[in-house]
Amino acid sequence: MNGETHITGSEGPAPAPSPITADLVLSVNRERHPITVDTRETLLDTLRERLGLTGAKKGCDHGQCGACTVLLDGRRVKSCLTLTVTLDGRRVVTVEGLADGDGLHPLQTAFVEHDAFQCGYCTPGQLCSAVGVLAEAAAGWPSAVTRDDGTGSGVNLDEEEIRERMSGNLCRCGAYVNIVAAIGEVAG
Amino acid sequence: MRPFSYLRAPDAPSAVATAAGRPDTMYLAGGTNLVDLMRLGVAVPDVLVDVSGIASGTIEETGDGALLIGAGVRNSDLAADPLVRRRHPLLSQAVLAGASGQIRNMATVGGNLMQRTRCPYFQDVTKPCNKRLPGTGCPARAGEHRNLAILGHSDDCVATHPSDMAVALAALGAIVHVEGAEGPRTVPMPGLHRLPGEEPERDTVLGQGELITAVEVSPLPFPGRSRYRKVRDRASFAFAVVSVAAVLDVADGTVRDCRIAFGGVAHAPWRAETAEAALRGAAATEAEFTRAAEAELAAARPLPGNAFKVPLARNVLVRTLVDLAEAS
Amino acid sequence: MTTLAGPGAASSVGSALDRVEGLEKVTGRAKYAYEYAPDDLVYAAPVQAGIARGEVRAVDADAALKLPGVIAAIWYGNAPRLAPAENAELSVLQSRRVAYRGQYVAVVVAETLENAVEAARLLRVDYDVEEHDVELRADHPGMYRPERVNPVYPADTEQGDPDAALAAAEVVVDEVYSTPAEHNNPMEPHATVAVWDGDGLTLYDSTQGATSVRDIVAPLFGLPPGNVRVVSPHVGGGFGSKGTPLSPVVLAALAAKHAGRPVKLAVTRSQMFSVIGYRTPTIQRIRLGADARGHLGVIVHDVFEQSSRIREFAEQTATPTRMMYAAPNRRTTHRLVRLDVPTPSWMRAPGEAPGMFALESALDELAFACGIDPIELRVRNEPETDPESGLPFSSRNLVACMHEGARRFGWADRDPAPGVRLRDGLLVGTGVAASTYPVYRRPSKASATALADGTFTVRIAAMDIGTGARTALTQIAADTLGVPPGLVRVEIGDSALPDASLAGGSMGTASWGTAVVRACEALTAALRERDGQVPPDGVEVSADTAREIGGERRFAQHAFGAQFAEVGVDPATGETRVLRLLGVFAAGRIVNPKTARSQFVGGMTMGMSMALLEESVMDREFGDYLNHDLAQYHVAACADVRDVEAVWIEEDDPHLNPMGTKGIGEIGIVGTAAAVANAVHHATGVRVRDLPIRIDRLVR
Repeated sequence: MNGETHITGSEGPAPAPSPITADLVLSVNRERHPITVDTRETLLDTLRERLGLTGAKKGCDHGQCGACTVLLDGRRVKSCLTLTVTLDGRRVVTVEGLADGDGLHPLQTAFVEHDAFQCGYCTPGQLCSAVGVLAEAAAGWPSAVTRDDGTGSGVNLDEEEIRERMSGNLCRCGAYVNIVAAIGEVAG
Repeated sequence: MRPFSYLRAPDAPSAVATAAGRPDTMYLAGGTNLVDLMRLGVAVPDVLVDVSGIASGTIEETGDGALLIGAGVRNSDLAADPLVRRRHPLLSQAVLAGASGQIRNMATVGGNLMQRTRCPYFQDVTKPCNKRLPGTGCPARAGEHRNLAILGHSDDCVATHPSDMAVALAALGAIVHVEGAEGPRTVPMPGLHRLPGEEPERDTVLGQGELITAVEVSPLPFPGRSRYRKVRDRASFAFAVVSVAAVLDVADGTVRDCRIAFGGVAHAPWRAETAEAALRGAAATEAEFTRAAEAELAAARPLPGNAFKVPLARNVLVRTLVDLAEAS
Repeated sequence: MTTLAGPGAASSVGSALDRVEGLEKVTGRAKYAYEYAPDDLVYAAPVQAGIARGEVRAVDADAALKLPGVIAAIWYGNAPRLAPAENAELSVLQSRRVAYRGQYVAVVVAETLENAVEAARLLRVDYDVEEHDVELRADHPGMYRPERVNPVYPADTEQGDPDAALAAAEVVVDEVYSTPAEHNNPMEPHATVAVWDGDGLTLYDSTQGATSVRDIVAPLFGLPPGNVRVVSPHVGGGFGSKGTPLSPVVLAALAAKHAGRPVKLAVTRSQMFSVIGYRTPTIQRIRLGADARGHLGVIVHDVFEQSSRIREFAEQTATPTRMMYAAPNRRTTHRLVRLDVPTPSWMRAPGEAPGMFALESALDELAFACGIDPIELRVRNEPETDPESGLPFSSRNLVACMHEGARRFGWADRDPAPGVRLRDGLLVGTGVAASTYPVYRRPSKASATALADGTFTVRIAAMDIGTGARTALTQIAADTLGVPPGLVRVEIGDSALPDASLAGGSMGTASWGTAVVRACEALTAALRERDGQVPPDGVEVSADTAREIGGERRFAQHAFGAQFAEVGVDPATGETRVLRLLGVFAAGRIVNPKTARSQFVGGMTMGMSMALLEESVMDREFGDYLNHDLAQYHVAACADVRDVEAVWIEEDDPHLNPMGTKGIGEIGIVGTAAAVANAVHHATGVRVRDLPIRIDRLVR
């Protein structure tokens, strides 16, 4: 390919359009936020760059690491793949909203006691995900390792269950063993 | 990401009216794949029509015992649904084998079927790809293709379809309900997804603006044990290297009927009809299972870097059938 | 009056203090680099080269600049000029040359993140393309012997007559092993917020060394180091990739200078596969010659690896082979080829991690060939002194680790026959490998202050990238002062604090701890002189260990360990899962058993990930690492990590440093992959010499 030329970058079929915005009301950690957002904005960027809530982390921005996990109407989701414009009237809880006033969530306490993190960057996502796991198990949701009797009764969160259910949250420091122990303690 | 307009459709017909005939318009449901592709520059829509509010999020039982699963049902609700778990544990298992808890909370049935290949070249806009930009070539064939197709591929494309759920639905012969500009129609699985041929840019048989509204799963005409077995490099949160969905009905040591589909081996969920035919009436033994698997995989045309998938697919199918037969 | 009980009276060191910044980290309050938001800030989005070799001919920024809120598009043609850098990676936008695909060739600055990213996408870059070569081969004609290997080891060593010894050996193992390119992938991608204030530059930077970033970046912009401040109180992992400043931090500072506004720049996950280093792929030929009873007569370790066109990074892969086992004849060589590839750099235990995979796999092969238990083989080849230098080891407890591990793991009943154990449908096997990591220490400064309220502040530009450094230094300071750790506040992560060496080479605690001890000792003396009277503005003293650290070494100093693995392999699919991992380490005194265990277990977890999953795939046609995201580049997920335990044996080594510590950050990853590979052989009878051990290596 010597001597060839090569062009990268997009020509764009038409002149690039201006950003398009929308107004909506977002509830974050029980607080109402009327905001105007660029339709392209993800919930993760809205939280971190607009609302000053930097607890949710950007680890990959493509739904592959779990560091951005937050609770949306009580369910754990990836905020990096959620467009904020879709969330009018929805309720978001981030790691900053897990504690009840000064009282830490039991998972937060257990994470400190079990040293369930090192660098701490995946931790907010791990915690929000773990809150979701506890609720999902209580609701009887099965996982890939559940020996399903089809009754939909509550799931016993043993180590194997926790490991499978927490696999959407990568931890490069390798704190998994302690994360599982911390969640196991809270799950009882 | 290119700026885009965002619309929320009040109902399926108006969503279809907005999107029909407009290639710049795409439907948004859970967003787990589309938003990712938009961030990558692979999908560059001018208009997003949010269908998550209109696509039914319910699972209903129809008069003839089928389950009508709304296209908007989240993956996690589908997998946890007591009726699904009782009637079609295979489907629940397949959904739970995919992605992660967070993604299953977002992803919908309709979106899962419409997700696009994870071929590395397709996802990298700095490289050629016939599926993304028809006519630019397929670097995967000479390049990296460990995770790509061994069956049904073409010179133009060796991509695989990434869905686990679709593999189970293919085995179960589910019916996909679609709303289009001409009204509703149904597409039986595995017919929704195409093989690449000379048009790898088309993943499915759906036309522009057609919207999946529901998936109907009828009881199989035979009783049987079923299993979804997924082989992947990582123990969780990874796409299938190879997967198999199998339903097996054994009586008196003989296979009365079966349904088999492979995932991770082709551009579409691969219904193993050759193996199914070979097994009907055959002895439920490892030797017969192996013969059937090899008959199916005789059509495989692996590339140098994914030849291991042929013995892998054979072994997974045989092992799964042996387990199902032993449990019968 | 402040009363100090004095050293020895308190014993925080050795206790399992919770991580002192734990509360900040679990509440989301801990602030990482990108989370600083100075007024008036704008966003930078870099543009990467779309070719592997050639030149940027032109950049067309018209479409990008037409987007609303786009402030600047910067490339070679209009970039501020920088002073020449020793590391060419830092000379970002200073040349038209493209040395590898993915190298930064431009950057766009805009008012919003969304517009910056879109503008970067629209920027058209026109290249003159040259043919590229990105394929590492042992017989590559460009192979050469580097002057030295990282950091300052000779490339080759030889003792005795290895060739004659091999010819005469009763048992010979002669095999080639390979490890793929691997990427560090800390959870926090590299990020910088750059703020100029006249000739002053503040960098909120995700780094492993605030002092070194300051010292390296300042001269690029013609500034004295004192004009640059680097702030990094929390860093989301690094594993070596943040050990030295690379192009992103320079690009952020350059963009901020050009734009005249504070700039935020985060490396994307995909960019992490080109611009911030990685572990070089290696091809390693190992030849062992022994007598029938397994006594080694000769070890030869020949390594082939790669670096980029613009920077020589030669990994020290064969260095552990120089000190692990006794053998009168020995040769180690490193050969390097410069390719059109991204520049490799440090990744957790550079040298030891890939080198010990090969050496410890070969030892297992020798044990099998001789019919000797692999632990016994290592015991038989235990050297009395450092084989290379002849120096005595200040402490060497490899054999003790092996024996303790064997006891805990249940090694005694092991049937050595491969491929014969089926349990719950899985082929099961166990394997063992040795581990080691050298003891390094660098000079640092620290200050210690007694405050009038009876508390103490210790300041040092140390870094906590997740290692627990902040906690360990708190304990070390508390013990030196003879007060409870709750009275000590340790301030780190800021170049405005006393200069410190970087967080790397497993030398943080040894280097910083020594400075902290000396500062706290000086403070204790100062307070004694004042009869404990602390004036309202406190008493501050400082220490510098430059003179204390350095000089001839009288001992060979290394940490050692033994790694045990049990694996289960699905006979139908070849899926390999690690059922158990046990690491036993001898690493001097353990400052904090809680955080130390996390370090060991974390290293072992990364080692398991290296064994089974990790591989950056070079795309020969396009010249980049193809699988550049976390869905394609697999690191271990929670479900992969079952039973991982780390323990250590008491080691009292008076020749190390005031704390008696050896480094613990890297040894956990060393030997893990070999233990797993050896277990896979025991389980299946298949010897996998090329990592990672994935399905395709085992399915039949």
